[in-house]
Amino acid sequence: MMNTVSTIAIDVQAEPPWVLPSRGTVGMICLIVAEAAIFIIFFVSYVFYIGKSLTGPYPAQVLELPIFSTVCLLSSSFTVHFAVVALRRNSLRNCAIGLASTVLLGFLFLLSTAREWYHLIHDDGLTIRTNLFGSTFYSLVGLHATHVLIGLVMLCMALGISLAGRMKEAHSERLEVLSLYWHFVDGIWVAVFLVVYVIGR
Amino acid sequence: MRRPNPMTKPFKQIGFISALLSRRATWWMFLFADTVRAQSPTNIFDPAGTPAHSIFSLSMLVFSVTATIFLIVGALLLYALLRFRHRSEDPSREPAQIYGSNQIELAWTVIPILIVVMLFLTTTRVILTTESIPKPANALDVTVIGHQFWWEYRYPGFGVVTANELHVPISDSANPRPTYLKMSSADVTHSFWVPRLAGKMDLIPNRINTMWIDPQVPGLYLGQCAQYCGTQHAKMLLRVYAQSPADFTAWIKQQQKPANQDFTGNPAAAEGQTVFLHSACINCHTVAGTSATGRFGPDLTHLASRDTLASGSIQNTPENLKKWIDDPSSMKPGALMPPMHLNDHDLSAITAYLTTLH
Amino acid sequence: MADSTPVMEGLDQSLAVKRPRLEAIYEWITTVDHKKIGLMYIAYALIFLVVGGFEALLMRIQLAVPNNHFVSPQVFNRLFTMHGTTMVFFMGMPMLFGFANYLVPLMIGARDMAFPRLNAFSFWISAFGGLLLYFSYFGGSGLYGAGSAPDVGWFAYAPLTANVFSPGHSTDYWTLAVFLSGIGSIGTALNIVTTIICMRCKGMKMSRLPLLIWLYLVMSSMVFIAVGPLTAAQIMLTLDRYVGSHFFDTQAGGSAVLWMHYFWIFGHPEVYILVLPAFAFVNEIVPVFSRKAIFGYPAMVAASIAIGFISLSVWAHHMFTVGLGPAGNTFFVFATMVISVPTGIKIFNWLATIWGGDVHFAVPMMFCIGFLFQFLIAGLTGIMLSVAPFDWQLSASYFVVAHFHYVLVGAIVFALFGAFYYWYPKVTGRMMSEILGKWHFWLFLIGFHLTFDFMHVPGLLGMPRRIYTYEAGRGWEMWNLIVSVGAIFQVAGIACFVFNLVRSYFRGEIADHDPWDAWTLEWATSSPPPSYNFAIDPTVHSRRPLWDLKHPEDPDSDYE
Repeated sequence: MMNTVSTIAIDVQAEPPWVLPSRGTVGMICLIVAEAAIFIIFFVSYVFYIGKSLTGPYPAQVLELPIFSTVCLLSSSFTVHFAVVALRRNSLRNCAIGLASTVLLGFLFLLSTAREWYHLIHDDGLTIRTNLFGSTFYSLVGLHATHVLIGLVMLCMALGISLAGRMKEAHSERLEVLSLYWHFVDGIWVAVFLVVYVIGR
Repeated sequence: MRRPNPMTKPFKQIGFISALLSRRATWWMFLFADTVRAQSPTNIFDPAGTPAHSIFSLSMLVFSVTATIFLIVGALLLYALLRFRHRSEDPSREPAQIYGSNQIELAWTVIPILIVVMLFLTTTRVILTTESIPKPANALDVTVIGHQFWWEYRYPGFGVVTANELHVPISDSANPRPTYLKMSSADVTHSFWVPRLAGKMDLIPNRINTMWIDPQVPGLYLGQCAQYCGTQHAKMLLRVYAQSPADFTAWIKQQQKPANQDFTGNPAAAEGQTVFLHSACINCHTVAGTSATGRFGPDLTHLASRDTLASGSIQNTPENLKKWIDDPSSMKPGALMPPMHLNDHDLSAITAYLTTLH
Repeated sequence: MADSTPVMEGLDQSLAVKRPRLEAIYEWITTVDHKKIGLMYIAYALIFLVVGGFEALLMRIQLAVPNNHFVSPQVFNRLFTMHGTTMVFFMGMPMLFGFANYLVPLMIGARDMAFPRLNAFSFWISAFGGLLLYFSYFGGSGLYGAGSAPDVGWFAYAPLTANVFSPGHSTDYWTLAVFLSGIGSIGTALNIVTTIICMRCKGMKMSRLPLLIWLYLVMSSMVFIAVGPLTAAQIMLTLDRYVGSHFFDTQAGGSAVLWMHYFWIFGHPEVYILVLPAFAFVNEIVPVFSRKAIFGYPAMVAASIAIGFISLSVWAHHMFTVGLGPAGNTFFVFATMVISVPTGIKIFNWLATIWGGDVHFAVPMMFCIGFLFQFLIAGLTGIMLSVAPFDWQLSASYFVVAHFHYVLVGAIVFALFGAFYYWYPKVTGRMMSEILGKWHFWLFLIGFHLTFDFMHVPGLLGMPRRIYTYEAGRGWEMWNLIVSVGAIFQVAGIACFVFNLVRSYFRGEIADHDPWDAWTLEWATSSPPPSYNFAIDPTVHSRRPLWDLKHPEDPDSDYE
C-alpha cells in the first residue's frame, strides 16, 4: 500500500474549521439570477413598447389594480417563511399548516389572474395578438404565472411529504431553498405590479 | 534562492525599439494600402468622399498604433521563447519562481489606459464630424427604401422615383452639395455600403436612418447590400453615379417625364404596351402616366435608361431583359419576381415596349 | 522528482475489469459521474466540430472562384447558418463544458459536481438540441416539402425570421435547438458555480484556486446573465411565429432593433464565455512548460473578473451601423476599448510567466504559443473594429469574419488542442503521439494562417459576409482562393488530430499519474482517476499543492 500522506505535517489546531456554503442555497441563487435575466428582458420589452401600440385597447382603459391577487401572493411569502421557521423548530404540524396556506394563497392568485384574463379577452377584446400592449402584457404576466405554477407544484409536493409525516427537521434547509424560489416569484410580482399596473397605465 | 527581478531592464530598450518599429509599421501599411488600392473598385482605402476620407485617416492612425503594439509585444514574446528555451542542463533545477510585481502590473495597466483614452478621443471626433454636423441647406434629399432584393430611390424634391441606380451630383470643395439619404426598408433589414464613399448604414423596417455622401469626382461607385436579407442578398448590388451638376440636372429632367408613349415605327413596342397593361405586371410595377401603379417591384418608367437589371447584377440588354421577364429565377435564383409564363410573342412584345422606356 | 510525489492511489485496483458491451453502454447513458459526462460532452463536440468544419469546407469551395455554381444560394445560406449555430452552440459550449466537468472537481479536490443528476440532464438536453437542429434537414418544411435547415444566419435577425419571410419550420428548429442548448448551459453553469463555491477541499481558499477554476467561475456566472436574454428573445420570437404576437413585427409597430439588442446582449458575453476557458487552459499549461509559477495571480484573477463584467456592457458594438446616434455609438466605443485593458494585462502576465523560465516546446505548449500570438492579433483587430467609424466600413464584411475566426479558431481552438494534448494522459492513462501532434500543429497552423490572415483583405476591399457568390472584377478573387486553399490544410491537421486521439488510446505510451511534472491536484491521482477521484480528501496550503510536496524546502505557501 502506498504512502497516502498527502500533506505537509501542520498544526491542526491552528487551522480554523473548514466551512463552505450550502449547495442548495448557492444553486438556487444561481437559478434565480438566470431567471431574473429572462424576466428583465420581458420587462424591457414591456417598457419599450409603452405607448407604441398602433391600436387599442390601451392599458389605462382595461387594467385595474390587482389588489386581491397581490395580497394573496405577498401573504404567501409570509406563510412559507412561517413553514420554514416551524420546520427548523421541529413543529411539524405548523410546517404543514404554513405550506397548506401557501398553496392555497398561490392557487387563489392564479385563479384571480385567470379571472382577469378572461375579462380582458372576452369583454375588452385584448389578446396577445391584438397589439403591442397585448403581446407584452400577456407574455410577461404569463411567464410569471407559469413560474407561480411551477412553484405551486413543488409546494404541493412538499405539502404532500409533510402531510405523510415524512418531513423532518433535517429537511429544513431544503425547504428553505424552495422558499427562496417562492420569494423570488413574489419579488417578480412586485416588479410586475409596479411596472405594468402602476407606472405603465 | 530568488534572483532579482529581471523585468526592469528591457523597458529602456523597449522605448527605442518601439520608435523604430512604429515608423517601419506605418511605412509597411501605406505600402500595403497602395498596392491594393488600384485593384478594387470597392476598396475602403481608396476614399472618394468626405466620410470615407475621415474614416481612412482614422484607420491609418489605428493601424499604426495596433501594428506597433503587435510588433513590440510579438517581439518580446519571440525573444522570451528563444532566450529562455530549455537547454539540456540539470533537469531537476527549476528556474527562479517569480510570483508578480505590483509596479509592473501598474505600468502595463496605465500605459494601455492612456492609449485607450487617446484612441477614444480621436474616434469620438470622427463620430461627431460624421453624424452630428448640421445639414447644409442645399443638400440633395434622397429617400432610399430597401426591398428584397432591390433598392428604391425617391427624390422628394423632384418627384422622381427610380430603382437600383442612384444618381447624385458631385460635391466639390468650391461648391459642396452633399446628398442626404433617408433610409428605411419595406421588408427586412438591409444595409447600404458603398465603401469608397462612406461607411455603411442599415435600412431597417419601421425605422428611419440617415447618412450622407459627397462624391467629389464624377464616376460610378460600386457597393452592395451588407446585411443578410434573404436568398439573393449577394446580388443586391449598389451603383452610385456621381455626375457633374449639369449632367445631374439633365438626368433629373429626363426622369421627371412620364413614360415614353411615342412608338412611331415600332409596332412591336406599341403592341407591347397593350399587352403589358393587360397583364399581371401592373400589379407590381409602376409606369408613370399609365395605369400601371404597382409598388411592390421597381419603378419601370425609365427602365431603358438604366445600365443594369436585377439590382446591378445583369447587363441591361434586350436579350437579358427578355430572359429575365421569362424566368427571373434562372438568372437570380430566389428573386421575388415570379416567372410570368408569357408566350413567346407576348414576351417579345413586352420586351420591345420596355426597351423604349428611356 | 516525480517519484517523490506521494500519490493518492486508488484503494481498489479494479480499474481494468472488462464488462459486456451492452452493460457498458447502459452505464454511459445513465451515468452521473462528472468524468464520464465530461467525456460525452467532448466526444459530442468533436463530432460537431467535424460536421461544422465540413459545412465550412463546402462554403469555401463555393467561394474559391467568383460566380461559382458549386452550391445554390439557398444551400449556401443554410450552410453558413448551420456552421455558425453548430460551432457556437454544439461544438464550443459542449466542448468547454466537457472540460469543466472533467477537470473542476479534480482540481478542487472534490468527489463529483454539486448536482450530478442535473449534470446528466444538462448534457442530454443539450445533446437533444443538437440533434433537433440537424433533424431540420428532414423536417424543416414540415415533411411535406423537401425539408430544410434554417437559413436565417446564426443570429437570426428579425424580421427575416418572421413567418412571412421565413415560412415553414426551419427557423423554429433553430429557435428550439438553441433554446434547449441554453437550458443545458444554465444547468451546467449552475453546477460549476455551486461546485466551486461549496465543494472545495480543505485549505483551498478562494485565493488558492487554480486559475482555471477562477475562469470557469467567472464564465459560468456570465452564462446566467447572458443566456437569459437569448432565451427570452427566442420565446418572444416563437410567440410571434405561432400565436401572432408582435414583438418583432415591424408592420404592427414592433422593432427589429430590439431583437438585435437582445441577441447581442447575449451574443457578446457569449464570445467571452467561449474565450475564458481558453484562457483557463493557457493559464495551466504555460506555467508548467515554462517551469514557473504564473506571474501576477491576483492581477490575473482581477482581470478575469473585470473582463466578465465589462463584457456585459459592450454589446452594441455589433450594432454601430444601426443608427444608434453619436451618444450611443460613443458609449459603446468606450466600453469596448476599455475591455482591452484587462485583456492586455493577461497577455503581459503570460509573457512575464515565460520570461525567465525554462521553456519546453512540447505539443501542448506549442499550441499555447500559437494562442498567444494569435490572440494578440485578434485582440488588436478587435480594437480596430471598436473604432466605430472604422466599423461603419468593416461591419458585416469579411474583415469581421476574419477577426472573430481569429479569436474562435486561432485562440480558442488552439488552446483547446493544447488542452487535449495536456490532459489526455490524465483521462486515458496514455500519452498522445508527439510526432503526430507536431504534424497536427504545423498543418493546422499553416492552414489557419493561410485562411484567416488573408481573409482580412477582401473585407478591406469591400466584400460583405454571407454572400453565396461575388462578381469578378472586385479584386477579391485571389484572396478568396488563398483562403479556400488554407481550409484544406486545416482539414489535414484535424485528420491528424483525430487519428492521434484514436490511435493513442490503443497504442500510446503508458502515462503515469503526473507525466508533465505539474502542480495542481488533478495530477495527484492516478491516470485515469478512479471513479471517486481521491482516496483521501486532500488538504492544500498554497496554489500549487504538488509544488509544495515536490519542493518541501521552498514551498509556495511561504510566499503567498
